[in-house]
Amino acid sequence: MSILIDERTRVLVQGFTGDKATFHAKEMIAYGTQVVGGVTPGKGGREHLGRPVFDTVKEAVQATGAQASIVFVPPAFAADSLMEAADAALALVCIITDGIPAQDMMRVKRYLRRYPREKRTLIVGPNCAGIISAGKAMLGIMPGHIYRRGEVGVVSRSGTLGYEAAAQLTALGLGVSTSVGIGGDPINGSSFLDHLALFEADAETRAVVMIGEIGGPQEAEAAAWAQHNMSKPVIGYVAGVTAPKGRRMGHAGAIISAEGDTAAEKAEIMRAHGLLVAPSAAELGATVARALGRGAAPR
Amino acid sequence: MEIHEYQAKELLAGFGVAVPPGGVAYSADQAVYVATELGGWHWAVKAQIHSGARGKAGGVRLCRTYHEVAEATSALLGATLVTEQTGPAGKVVHRVYVERAEAFEREIYLGFVLDRKTERIRIVASREGGMEIEEIAKHRPESLLQQEVDPAAGLQTFQARELAFGLGLNMKQVSQAVTAILGCYRAFRDLDATMVEINPLVVTRDDRVVALDAKMTFDDNALFRRPRIAEMRDPAEEDPREAQAASFGLNYVGLSGNIGCIINGAGLAMATMDSIKSAGGEPANFLDVGGGASPERVGAAFRLVLSDPGVRAVLVNIFAGINRCDWVATGVVQAAQELRVPLIVRLAGTHVEEGQRIVRESGLPIVMAETLAEAAELAVAAARVGRGL
Repeated sequence: MSILIDERTRVLVQGFTGDKATFHAKEMIAYGTQVVGGVTPGKGGREHLGRPVFDTVKEAVQATGAQASIVFVPPAFAADSLMEAADAALALVCIITDGIPAQDMMRVKRYLRRYPREKRTLIVGPNCAGIISAGKAMLGIMPGHIYRRGEVGVVSRSGTLGYEAAAQLTALGLGVSTSVGIGGDPINGSSFLDHLALFEADAETRAVVMIGEIGGPQEAEAAAWAQHNMSKPVIGYVAGVTAPKGRRMGHAGAIISAEGDTAAEKAEIMRAHGLLVAPSAAELGATVARALGRGAAPR
Repeated sequence: MEIHEYQAKELLAGFGVAVPPGGVAYSADQAVYVATELGGWHWAVKAQIHSGARGKAGGVRLCRTYHEVAEATSALLGATLVTEQTGPAGKVVHRVYVERAEAFEREIYLGFVLDRKTERIRIVASREGGMEIEEIAKHRPESLLQQEVDPAAGLQTFQARELAFGLGLNMKQVSQAVTAILGCYRAFRDLDATMVEINPLVVTRDDRVVALDAKMTFDDNALFRRPRIAEMRDPAEEDPREAQAASFGLNYVGLSGNIGCIINGAGLAMATMDSIKSAGGEPANFLDVGGGASPERVGAAFRLVLSDPGVRAVLVNIFAGINRCDWVATGVVQAAQELRVPLIVRLAGTHVEEGQRIVRESGLPIVMAETLAEAAELAVAAARVGRGL
C-alpha cells in the first residue's frame, strides 16, 4: 500500500501541452505512472505524448476513467482549473503552480464544500513538489530516483526538504511509502493533518515525518491531533529558526506574523504533544531511525 | 507588498471610508501649499515610511502655523526614523503627508486579516485604539471583538453593526462605523489585500467616524491583476539587493551574519541557515535560486550575495530536482573564478556525480561537502578563518 496514488492510479495532466507539463509528464510516465491523457482547452482531439488531449476535464474523465490529475496551469487560471477538476469528481488533484492569489484559494476551498465530504476532491498543493509513492507512481516534479521504497511516510511544506528527508532515509537503509508536498502557500488544498490521517490508516507506513516551516497554524493542529489519534510515531521538524519576524522567506506562507508562527514555538508545541522533534534538518533520517528502532509502540 | 499611509487612505476613501483631507509633499514649500489648500487651523505633518509606531518615534508633528508646517517638514524630510518596527537602522523619510488635524473623542482599533486557520477574512475591533494590536491582545484581550467573513457570502451588514454596537458607539456613530467597516472589507476583497488596519479609527466631537491612520498590505501573488496597486510600490522603501534579486527571479532576504547562502528551495534555504546557526555561525542572507537554476542565475546569485561586504564565506547547497547538478556546478565554477572568500559547495540529487566532477576538475579551491551538516560546519569554520583559505 501507500497513500493517495499507486501504480494503478489513472492520471490526467491539466495544462498538458505546456512546456513544463510536457517535461514532467514524460518523467512521470518513465517512472511508471498511468498517465491516461490530458486537458488543454482548445486542443481537444489531438494527441500529446501518445495520449489523448481533451478540452474539458469532464470529457477526459468520461473517456479515460481518470481518478486523479496534476495541474500545471499558470497562476491566473489555476483556481478555475481546480474547481473544474472538483466538478468532474476527480478524487485527487495535485497542483504544482506557484503564485496563486490567496483569495483564489479561499474561493476554491469554499467551492469544494458544495460536495459531500465522501465525494469531495482532495487537493494537494499548490506551490508544491507533488506526491510520490516510491517505486509505484509519481504525481509531481521530484527526482524520482532518490526515493527508495519503504515504510516511512513523508509530508512536507517544502519540496527540497522532502528530497533531503528521502535522501537521508535512503542513506540509512530506510525508505519511503509515500511522500507528499502540501506546498508553501498560506492556504493549502490539504493540510498536515489530512495526510497524517491517511498515513495512520496505511498498512505499509510505520512512521511519519512531518516537515514544517514558519508561519500558519497547521503544524500545531496536526501535532495536537496526532497525540490522540496516531499509533505510529511522528517525527517533526520546523525550518526557519533564523528567519526574522515579518519577512517572507521565499514561500508566500513562510512568514512570522502571528503568535505561534515561529519555528521555536512550533517545535515546542510538537514536543508538548509527544512528537519526536529532529534538532536539525540534517538529522531527519537519524531521528526516524531512532523512532523505528524504539518500535512503533503507541504513546 | 506594502504601501504608504496616504496611498492606503486614498484607496479606502474610494470605498467610502471617511478620511481627513490631506495631501502629500516632497518639500517644505509643497507642505505649506498643501496646508493652505486644506484650510483649517491645525495640521498634522506625517512622515511616510512603511512602518507603524511613527508617532512614538517623532514622525508625526502637530502644527498650528504654516511656519510650523514648513519647519516640521524640513525636519522630517531626509531624516532617518527609527520606530519599533523598522529595526535599529531605521528608514529615511522621502515624503510627508500633510493632513487637516481632527479633534477626536475616542480611538478605536479596526483590523482585517487573512486568517490562515479558518481560511476566511477575519475582522478584529477594539475600544482600545491607538495601541498596537499585539499590546491590545496581551493587555486588553476582553476588549477584542471579532467577526469571520465567509468568502462566498461576503461581509453582511449585521456583522458590521454587531461590531459597531459592541464598540459602544451611539446610533449616529454606528451607521458611520458600518460604512467604514463595509468599505474596508470591500477594499480588502477587491484589491487582494492581505491586511487592512485602521489604527486609530476616531470618533469626532460631531459624531463622525474617521480613519486617522491606515495601513494596507497586498498579496504579491495577485499584483498581476492589480496594476494600480503594483504602481504604488516605492523602491526607496526596499532593500536594493532584494529588488535586484527579484529582477533575476531570485528570492533574497538580507540578514546580519557573515555566511552568504545560495540554496535551491525556500525550505532547504531556511534549514541550511538554521544548521549554520546551530554550528555556531550566522547566515548573511536567505537566497532561493529556485527551480531551473541556469549558470546565469547562479552567477547573479553570487554577485548578489557578494555585494554584502560582511560576507566572509559562501555556502552553496543544491538538492537538484528539476535543477541538474551539472548545470549548477558549471555556474558555480564560472562565478568562483574571481571569488575572494572561501566557498563550500554541497550538491545532491539529479546528475550529482557529474556536478561534483565539474567542481573537482575546475582546479579552484572549492571545498566539497557531502551532507547538509558537514556543509554548515565547514562554512562556519571557513568564515572564522576569513580570507585565510
